[in-house]
Amino acid sequence: MKSLNCVVAFVFLAGAFALGQRTSASTSDTAALEQKIRDLEDRIITLEGQVRTMKSQAAPPAAAPPPSAPIVASPSQAAEGPTAPPAENLAAAPVSLGGAGGSAAKALNPDISMIGDFISVAGGNSVRPSPSFEMHESELGIQAIIDPYARGDVFLTFGEQGVGLEEGYITFTALPASFVAKVGKMRSAFGKVNTMHNHTLPWVDRPLVTQNLVGGEDGIDDAGVSIERIIPFPKGIFLSATGQVFRGDSGEGDELVFQSHSKSDLSTVAHLRAYKDLSESTNLDLGLSYARGHNELGSDFITSLYGVDATLRWKPLRRAIYHSFVARSEFIWSQRQQNPFEQRAFGLYASGEYQLKRRWFLGGRYDWSDRAREANLTDKGGSVIVTYWPSEFSQIRGQYRFTDYAGDHKANELLMQVLFSMGAHGAHPF
Amino acid sequence: MTKLVARFGFVFALLLAVTLACPGTAFAKKLNVVTATTDLAALAQEVGGEKINVNSIAKGYQDPHFVEAKPSFLLQLRQADLLVVVGLQLEIGWLPPLITQSGNPRIQVGANGYFDASQFAEILEIPSGAITRAMGDVHPLGNPHYWLDPENGRRVAKGIVAKLGEMDAEDAAYFQQRYQDFARRLSEAEKNWDAQMKPFRGRKVVTYHNSLPNFAKQFGLEVVGFVEPRPGIPPTPSHTLDVINMMKRDGVKVIMVEPYFDRKTPDAIARETGGTVVEYLPSVGGVKDVNTYFQLFDYDIALLTKAFQ
Repeated sequence: MKSLNCVVAFVFLAGAFALGQRTSASTSDTAALEQKIRDLEDRIITLEGQVRTMKSQAAPPAAAPPPSAPIVASPSQAAEGPTAPPAENLAAAPVSLGGAGGSAAKALNPDISMIGDFISVAGGNSVRPSPSFEMHESELGIQAIIDPYARGDVFLTFGEQGVGLEEGYITFTALPASFVAKVGKMRSAFGKVNTMHNHTLPWVDRPLVTQNLVGGEDGIDDAGVSIERIIPFPKGIFLSATGQVFRGDSGEGDELVFQSHSKSDLSTVAHLRAYKDLSESTNLDLGLSYARGHNELGSDFITSLYGVDATLRWKPLRRAIYHSFVARSEFIWSQRQQNPFEQRAFGLYASGEYQLKRRWFLGGRYDWSDRAREANLTDKGGSVIVTYWPSEFSQIRGQYRFTDYAGDHKANELLMQVLFSMGAHGAHPF
Repeated sequence: MTKLVARFGFVFALLLAVTLACPGTAFAKKLNVVTATTDLAALAQEVGGEKINVNSIAKGYQDPHFVEAKPSFLLQLRQADLLVVVGLQLEIGWLPPLITQSGNPRIQVGANGYFDASQFAEILEIPSGAITRAMGDVHPLGNPHYWLDPENGRRVAKGIVAKLGEMDAEDAAYFQQRYQDFARRLSEAEKNWDAQMKPFRGRKVVTYHNSLPNFAKQFGLEVVGFVEPRPGIPPTPSHTLDVINMMKRDGVKVIMVEPYFDRKTPDAIARETGGTVVEYLPSVGGVKDVNTYFQLFDYDIALLTKAFQ
């Protein structure tokens, strides 16, 4: 960069000198010189921009091969095979997997982030006790653009003991006909809460219906394949459909939803989403979900889940950082084959969150859910939540939770959570 | 198993049928350009004329750091031939998931239709040395509010012209001619703006957010403080007091605030110091009558010269 500055200085000096020489220089000469200096300045700024891009770009610089590079493959090259065309972009960037050296290697490091989630609980709960203090989860995110055709996202969750792979998938972004495909382990597209990481929830915990019917904290989170596509629809309505196939294992212990007993015990998830902007600041988001898999009783025992979700959001654009409101509800029906009778359970939550000031949020949630294995038992509850954001990178949250478990077990608890984020954590989908 | 495969196959077939039923890529003659902000849209419109369709994702009165990644934007992005972004991580909180979800290979990062305007502009305040979040929401690649310098506007337009010409070679001459015309009109306007601001060169101002270094450099203003204690951190009482004392001491009379920030603190500071709050426009489209890149500077300079008098 220093040398560039020298060039600028030289150009200016030379220009000034030239001007001084010709005291009687006509104005048109001066204008031409000014134009020339300006052009040179532009070129230097463009060069600086290129240097900046090269330094900062996490992705392989596949954008624009230098004009001098042979863009059109020679006939002999083209004859080699149909795989040749996209390769010339890659050839411009000498990237070797795991092998680049020096600062170039550093520039291509993925975005690494860590989100800490500390939870403290006061009060008694005889049905589902929680520890007084817990470093509930530390989520390590590793994200990068892999090549011009795909990006990768891996989220490892460290509990106080043990590590889990919350998600780890590749997303193919350059498929024909606007398909977007994911391969790996991922939170399935069943409803809204199931897709969200803990740190993006507006509550400390997850709703009762998630715990009773949809696999608890991890939800339907499994290895498999997902395809998604936006479906063109008139009147400014956004419609997208997702189809997913998984191995068939989700949840553990009492919260288990799906278990595969043989290779053919796959589970499937389908989701249809409709979204519309009602106005500049208000929008409505609706979803239909379906999931089907085998439960722990064997390959012949099927659990089917049906879901409906609705979200209403309000955020005035001129005051977007100060005020907002989100109301959300999900209804979920579970149909579980077991002995002696099939169990049909229903559950829901309804929640709202209002942003009072730039840093303060006030929310509430109502819970109502049958239990999947004994649908005649129903748990109910309610919460009030206050969240404070010191900055975009940390949150402090308090939640008062009342739960009336089936069998007259009541619990009053106060939950406290501190969330903190380090590093470059990629934004989550809306 | 076969049943399951059949079921999945059905879903897939349905998606495929929908795809084929709707001719998605019916090639229109006009290039579809989507920009992150209205300023880039205005610049693209200047050079693209009627040969392109331009849409901006963010509105002019919206904080470009905090745009919601609404799915309705995907409807624009999936049709886009060219996506023009401000870059320097300004859009990091909302644009990447939109690009991924768009299912549009043309505008993926690094693809031919992904255009980072920052590489053509003069960027100020590139941090050297270690940076941490203790400094607030700093932009490690430099200050992204570079479009408020008309020279940068011209440079970005020049970059866009080259890109448009490359994507639509037939109309390259048309774009080039429009650029020449734009550059000429801009340098005339610049002379006018410079003349208006000349009496006030060297004046000190306080701004809410650090979004004016390029503007200040171009028009000879000196930004001596910010209402925010650190970028992205809301005002605190102690910092506000510091600002008030500094303004009294140095005789600073003008506080420049973007329309999307709360006026409470700036108004309080103005009352204490006898200064004026100038609610300037950071972007085209921030108010009804400012619809071009020229009108943006006309509007801001008119406000400023009035406040300085």
